[in-house]
Amino acid sequence: MIRLNNVHKSYGTGSNSLHVLKGINLEIEEGGFVSIMGSSGSGKSTLLNILGILDNYDEGSYYLNGMLVKEMSEKKAAQLRNEMLGFVFQSFNLISFKNAMENVALPLYYQGVSRKKRNKIAHEYLDKLGLLSWAEHMPNELSGGQKQRVAIARSLITQPKIIVADEPTGALDTSTSYEVMEILKEINEDGITVVIVTHEHDIAAMTRQIIRLKDGIISEIIKNGDLKQWKHQYSKELEIA
Amino acid sequence: MFDIDKWQEIIATIKKNKMRTFLTGFSVAWGIFMLMILLGSGNGLSNGVAQNFMRDAVNAMWMWSGRTSIPYQGMKENRQIRFTNSDYDLIKKIPETEFASGRYYISGNRLAYGNEFGEYTAITCHPELKEVESIEMVQGRFINEVDILQTRKSVVLGQDIYDALFKKQEAIGEYIKINNVPFKVVGICREGGGTRHRNAYIPVSTGQKVFNGANRLHNFALTINAQSIEESKAVEEKVRAALARKHKFDPTDRAALGSYNKLENYLQTMRIFQAIKIFIWIIGTGTLIAGVVGVSNIMLIVVKERTKEIGIRKAIGASPSSVVGLILLESILITTVAGYIGLVLGTGLMEGLNFFVEQQYATAAASNNGNGDIIFRNPTVSLNVAATATMLLVIAGAIAGYIPAKRAARIKPIEALRDE
Ligand SMILES: Nc1ncnc2c1ncn2[C@@H]1O[C@H](COP(=O)(O)OP(=O)(O)O)[C@@H](O)[C@H]1O
Ligand SMILES: [Mg+2]
Repeated sequence: MIRLNNVHKSYGTGSNSLHVLKGINLEIEEGGFVSIMGSSGSGKSTLLNILGILDNYDEGSYYLNGMLVKEMSEKKAAQLRNEMLGFVFQSFNLISFKNAMENVALPLYYQGVSRKKRNKIAHEYLDKLGLLSWAEHMPNELSGGQKQRVAIARSLITQPKIIVADEPTGALDTSTSYEVMEILKEINEDGITVVIVTHEHDIAAMTRQIIRLKDGIISEIIKNGDLKQWKHQYSKELEIA
Repeated sequence: MFDIDKWQEIIATIKKNKMRTFLTGFSVAWGIFMLMILLGSGNGLSNGVAQNFMRDAVNAMWMWSGRTSIPYQGMKENRQIRFTNSDYDLIKKIPETEFASGRYYISGNRLAYGNEFGEYTAITCHPELKEVESIEMVQGRFINEVDILQTRKSVVLGQDIYDALFKKQEAIGEYIKINNVPFKVVGICREGGGTRHRNAYIPVSTGQKVFNGANRLHNFALTINAQSIEESKAVEEKVRAALARKHKFDPTDRAALGSYNKLENYLQTMRIFQAIKIFIWIIGTGTLIAGVVGVSNIMLIVVKERTKEIGIRKAIGASPSSVVGLILLESILITTVAGYIGLVLGTGLMEGLNFFVEQQYATAAASNNGNGDIIFRNPTVSLNVAATATMLLVIAGAIAGYIPAKRAARIKPIEALRDE
């Protein structure tokens, strides 16, 4: 589903340049449930943005579903994001003057789906996430967990192949975090590839694969079976991050 | 453009930000309002003056004799040119001539009735002067052919003379004295388009006979059939050439034969109004441009405020062009609606003013025998101009939105969505 070969990414130019990704090689299979970990500033978001075609990279290659994603026009990138990808962010990123249903329906607007139809579909997704009675509420009337569930509904409405989530539980309390992770897990069980960034080991532990970033490269890939041991080994370090 | 969803998107954002929208729209509404008022006033002034001109026949022309200033056919300059009745006949024979009148100047113009007297101008004329100078009768009749043929001592008094000499008494049939010669009052008149009516008119033949003029004439007033300034000029040249041939002077000698063509003058005045109109458009467009710059600035702030929202839209699939459309349409919508309000208020005010002016005119006309003196008439803006202004508004909105829209299109989702 996702294949990165020797991907480099720097911010800035000349002497101010910051080399963040220094040759990422990564493969994520269809239906994978992956978390990216690493200390703050290690480039987790940078990597996720590249995966989500929100940003471009300088060197190497990125194949998404067999298609090379490189030097794409903005229009094409927007279309690909709309069709292939769903996004969940730490700060939810709902549009403040649209109610829950309108927020969820928005991606379908950019697919040219009629208002009536997309609102109906949005209702279905809100129902799935247990938010049907909140459909007409504005984001500022919702709790953090509810907002994130609206955002997840929005990411799902286009039936994407991949969900990318940058610290989806970063702004939530523990029990809400677990609820959200439970939802992501269910989504993954429906066959959608889920990639999350997190620095909380208990969150990462709920995924099936952990990619650890360090000094701009992938220092470790841990499969589900090894998690327990890994957790013990790095818990101290992760708490600092 | 006609995508209902798109409009709903835009209307939703506008509704969300009423104050901002109001401030944006106000500058444009104000610009258009001012433009309409300026244009309306310009039109009003122009119409008023045009109407005053039209009351005098615009195709009128005056010619007068003088001394030659150019040697011609062996004759020296400084030769006095003398017109006679035969020159009047000559002018009458020119087919383009409509109405013509000759005048013999008489000196000393003391008019007296009983104990009242005053210095006025007695003009000797043919009956057709009435048409040439758009003279309007208040009472009685103008000089007629019988007066001319029988050299009758008839006089038509200007309103002011009548008022001064007769003090509202019956004047028709009374005798007044012009330079001590008694004349019978046959009419009272007003000069078209004028505010002073201090001329007395007597038959040219009588004037020549009584005041020792023999068959001499000093000047001619005539109207011609001309549709354009070129035609008018051509007729003027034709009359000049005919008189020059008869009196043997250079047709271009303006000292020998002076002439004044009213059409030319009229068109020149109209050209000044054209220039004023252009000036008004320039000022108006300037105001409008200020409005557009205002809208553009506010839209730039709007785009900055909406950076995150635009970033979200882009992340979930908005193409750059759809973002451009969003900002551009919002700008056009605000500009057009606000501009339209300004347009309606501006033209409304001018229509109201027009109503007032027309009433003033009607009262003025009623007390002045159907001729209101007014320099302001129909100060409204035509539908055409309003349509042009609306078009201009849409374009202005597009221009105002262009730079902000471009900036919005350049917003990168990662920059917009970065968590602070
Ligand atoms: N747009 C940017 N311009 C310049 N530097 C950036 C930009 N985005 C991120 N960085 C820098 O790149 C490094 C990696 O950032 P990021 O990927 O956000 O880290 P993480 O998500 O792992 O905390 C950090 O040092 C950050 O300051
Ligand atoms: Mg980050």
